[in-house]
Amino acid sequence: MDGPSSAPLFRMEGVSKRYGGVKALTNADLTVEAGHIHGVLGENGAGKSTLMKIMAGVVQPDEGRMTLDGNPVAFGNPAAANAAGIVCIFQELSLVPELSVADNICISNPPKRFGLIDQRAQRRIAEEALARAGGEDIHPLAPIKDLPLSRRQLVEIAKALVRKPRILILDEATSALTAADVRKVFSVLKRLRQEGLALLYISHRMAEIAELADECTVFRNGRNVGTFKSGTKSDTEIVELMIGREYSHVFPPKPAPQAATGTPALEVRNLSWNNRLKDISLTARAGEIVGLGGLDGQGQRELLLALFGVLRSTTGEILIDGKKCNLNCPNDAKQGSIGMALIPEDRKTEGLMLPMSVRDNLSMASLGRLSKGGLVDRAAETKAIDEMIGLLAIKTDGTAVPVGTLSGGNQQKIVIAKWLMTKPKVILLNDPTRGIDVGTKAEIYQLLRKLADQGAAILYYSTDYDELIGCCDRVLVLYDGAVGRVLSGDEITERALVSSALNIGAGQVGTGTSSMAGAGAAG
Amino acid sequence: MTDQALTARHGGDWRYWFGEQRGTLLALAVFIAMFAIYTSNHPAGFSADVVTTAANKGVLLALVAMAQTFVVLTAGIDLSVGFIFILCNCLASHIVLGSAIQTTFGVIGVLAAGLACGALNGAIVIYGRLQPIVATIATGAAFYGIALLLREQPGGDVNEALADFLTNQFPGGIPASAVALLVVVLVIWIPFRKSMLGRVVYAVGSSESAAYMSGLHIRRAKFIAYALGGLLASIGGLFITFVTYTGEASLTNANTYTLNSIAAVVLGGVSLFGGRGSAIGAIFGALIFRTIGDLLFVFDLDPLWQPLFLGVVLLISVCLGSFRLIRIRNRLDLFG
Amino acid sequence: MTNPLATLPVLRRLDPAVLTAFGCIVLLLLFGAMRNPNFLSPDYLLLQLQVGSFLAMVATGMMLVILLGQIDLSVPWIITVGGMMSTAAVGWGPWGATFAIPIGVLCGLVFGLVNGIGVAYLRVPSMIFTLGINAVAQGFMVLRTGGFAPQDMATESMHDLATGRLILGIPNPVWVWIAVGAVTVFLLRRTVFGRAIYAIGNRETAAYLSGIRTQRVVLAVFGISGALAAFAGALLAGYSTKAYQGMGDPYLLPSIAAVVLGGTSILGGRGTYLGTVAGVILITLLQSILSVEQIPEAYRQLIFGAVIVAMLLLYGRGAKVAA
Repeated sequence: MDGPSSAPLFRMEGVSKRYGGVKALTNADLTVEAGHIHGVLGENGAGKSTLMKIMAGVVQPDEGRMTLDGNPVAFGNPAAANAAGIVCIFQELSLVPELSVADNICISNPPKRFGLIDQRAQRRIAEEALARAGGEDIHPLAPIKDLPLSRRQLVEIAKALVRKPRILILDEATSALTAADVRKVFSVLKRLRQEGLALLYISHRMAEIAELADECTVFRNGRNVGTFKSGTKSDTEIVELMIGREYSHVFPPKPAPQAATGTPALEVRNLSWNNRLKDISLTARAGEIVGLGGLDGQGQRELLLALFGVLRSTTGEILIDGKKCNLNCPNDAKQGSIGMALIPEDRKTEGLMLPMSVRDNLSMASLGRLSKGGLVDRAAETKAIDEMIGLLAIKTDGTAVPVGTLSGGNQQKIVIAKWLMTKPKVILLNDPTRGIDVGTKAEIYQLLRKLADQGAAILYYSTDYDELIGCCDRVLVLYDGAVGRVLSGDEITERALVSSALNIGAGQVGTGTSSMAGAGAAG
Repeated sequence: MTDQALTARHGGDWRYWFGEQRGTLLALAVFIAMFAIYTSNHPAGFSADVVTTAANKGVLLALVAMAQTFVVLTAGIDLSVGFIFILCNCLASHIVLGSAIQTTFGVIGVLAAGLACGALNGAIVIYGRLQPIVATIATGAAFYGIALLLREQPGGDVNEALADFLTNQFPGGIPASAVALLVVVLVIWIPFRKSMLGRVVYAVGSSESAAYMSGLHIRRAKFIAYALGGLLASIGGLFITFVTYTGEASLTNANTYTLNSIAAVVLGGVSLFGGRGSAIGAIFGALIFRTIGDLLFVFDLDPLWQPLFLGVVLLISVCLGSFRLIRIRNRLDLFG
Repeated sequence: MTNPLATLPVLRRLDPAVLTAFGCIVLLLLFGAMRNPNFLSPDYLLLQLQVGSFLAMVATGMMLVILLGQIDLSVPWIITVGGMMSTAAVGWGPWGATFAIPIGVLCGLVFGLVNGIGVAYLRVPSMIFTLGINAVAQGFMVLRTGGFAPQDMATESMHDLATGRLILGIPNPVWVWIAVGAVTVFLLRRTVFGRAIYAIGNRETAAYLSGIRTQRVVLAVFGISGALAAFAGALLAGYSTKAYQGMGDPYLLPSIAAVVLGGTSILGGRGTYLGTVAGVILITLLQSILSVEQIPEAYRQLIFGAVIVAMLLLYGRGAKVAA
């Protein structure tokens, strides 16, 4: 502990950051003490990552000040933050797969002898760092690409330690780890705390924070909404803090719940894939909007891709209108008899060809309908496109302009319109409102309900709990690749969604094979 | 002592070393097997002369393959490498002559020319942001023009004493060319591999984004890799002059050496996606490629079949990597 | 890239790179006319177009491949395959003589399809796989001809197709170019296949998720490229009445350069056939000036390589690379 005991090691006051028109962080305060673990909690998009990036010098704040040992600091780039003793642990992003563990640990400043890298000294440094990080069993000569994700995370920690940090920032450091590895990382982190390091531990797993942290800060909508000593608030109180009370969206009214009669438009039985999807069964009826909830990365994306025929060697059955079907590529899935459409996660890389025109993009999925003998019927195409532009009220300066020139909301409308042109019966949506404005969001909600009323079955993954509550007739909450809980009707509340996403409390269902179970038991 | 302690703690060192060198070792093993078959079927048997002749031919491609390795490690490609090779051949047939001092300056001149060609490629690709394929095809044409300028007709001469010294045998029947190749490896490759520069080149080739996130000087390292590629090609150019005593701006040679250097690199276990492999592997890849031709010769295969056979070997070797496709579970990964 | 010309309403829809290419053509014509007044005579210009049409066949296939974001380095020996197999067919009797060109094209198509399988299904980088096919094609031709110049001669009709002037005094190969060009433009602008090519070149993932069978499209495009290269070889064989080793070598760099100088992005997804036409004319004129000036081969190569690098640096840089 170098700093004078009176001033905190690090303090951030009134820091704000916006990206374009979006406020990512507003007037945030944070104090980090040496020898403490500081937990940071918040929902998806609450501003946690921005906070970390500012501290690590990856982005610069628009306003506010930061002090280290009481002295004002500003970091222009990651190197400057490093030099000041602030080191960040990224998720596997900064490890070079073909190089060995030791090479990676010492990558930016290897020990040298006669101008060449001293392999022996490097190895010694790597072994010491690995031992400190709890990875004694990792061989320093093993190539990174052969290590499982959990080991890589330990190497990341070791790599951070050789930079002699005073403040170590971990962002979702355990998301890829098994229960045993989580225990290991935790004991390492606790030892580092004893050694006098300050740790900033960002997570949305409350049990982990409860076990590790000395203090907690909760972020919501880019604001710091509360800092408190660990253990002074109950889980319920923390969830209340995280979700707050802000409803700004306009949702169309939901129809009265229908009796489950007849054959569902989409039925999935025991779908599994590659240990990422575990025995998922679900149904979606015509006219129904079924939500997919849960934390990011619990298999929602994979589920939608599996339904759309993108994933190889899935097991289980997919039935459309009661008929078993075997889908091997999106082309199979979009055929009239199946009638599936997928609005993918990332519109810029998966949904659109940005440099191509509005026209080309809109008709891309339905060229089969709009052509005869491989020849595009320009008249029919123009008619269908105009119809869609009208239906979705897409604002564009003609159909010849590149899609890349439109606003994010209009781009997303084009992705949706492109698939509506195929007249789909089953619509899969992967977080379609991410990063678009409130007005367009409301239009999309109206549209989805209208499509459902016209007889489409909709499977809707959203990271925004308000949307799941406002739009969906039922919600399946995924946890660790399996359906953790099914909520329907009035059960769909923010509290139920958050707690089942975190896999805590509220009439728990057993999927207790995950890391959370291990961490939760001790917490 | 520390070493012993370390070895005791990590009994499996050899396993990782083997894993890293697998491509190289495999190429070495295949080469030894093929060369054994070759010499045992050769009318003259395993004699110093047979080995020396084989070494002199093999070293040429080995040097060009080493040149290609430097660029391929960065996940780039140099389609002008064969042209730098013949350009330096033509230059050497003019200036590597005369007294010892003149010859020395001549050799330095040739090496500098190769380095300059490589640096030009690097500058265009990295700082000019052109795709390596297009850029090096175009510079290849320009290098060929310069080569023609230097030697419109085959001819010229070279310091015979030096040439004979480097293409004959040392006492004990050791081929001098193989020793020269070893010296090149020790003086250029090993220091490169063990320096920060080599580390950065491997990191860039393996994952440019990770290298960037780790704060490495990416562009400088890539540039130097291209330049070193030019240098190695010029050593190859020097050597073909020593073997043939002439300079020739041969388009066929340029194309063949470019293509074969890629084949040798692949056979030697260097990944065309960058970041994996070793120039030593590429050397054995080159020797394998050469020995295939020799084998066809001793087994009396019609020489007309040779080009086809070599082409098919090349094609199969580049397809070997496709086995990874079997393991892909998410079809989107196919497009990554 | 902001080009002042591109702000004019009429020209706004044209790619600035295509305009630059046409600008360079005008400059070359002026330069040529200054050195030699005959340069602008219709006869000379038609001759240039005739010579250029062989390159145009190759460049058309190359352009389709480059639009996918791939490259075809097997054209030199597929051209030779086209030339040698079509002349060889002549020796098979009247039946072979009649179908000489289709037989040559068919052989090129087969090699092209193998390229397509390697790139689309085995997912070997096209640069490497097509180099390998180039070597294999060479191997087959060496085997067939015994390494010597083949004795087969092109038929009269092949020679006529490559050199005659049947209609309006315009050389036949130029008509062939116009036909192939029209089909290509139609393919790219009006068909599902053409849309798919651009889509794959822009973002293969998005094209795939739109339900396009991307692998089949890639296979077909490489097949077309092989067929067109072989067709160029058959025409060349007709032009010089015989096929010979290395007849395709002078076409690799010029075909790629023509496509890229015509504004087609080497990374794929962007480019017009008009640009490729401009690129072919530009390259042909450049080569013609270099030979009219009686510059030795050495300087021609040097200047050619340098000019192409310079032009690429001027406007051929991929925007995506900068990111």
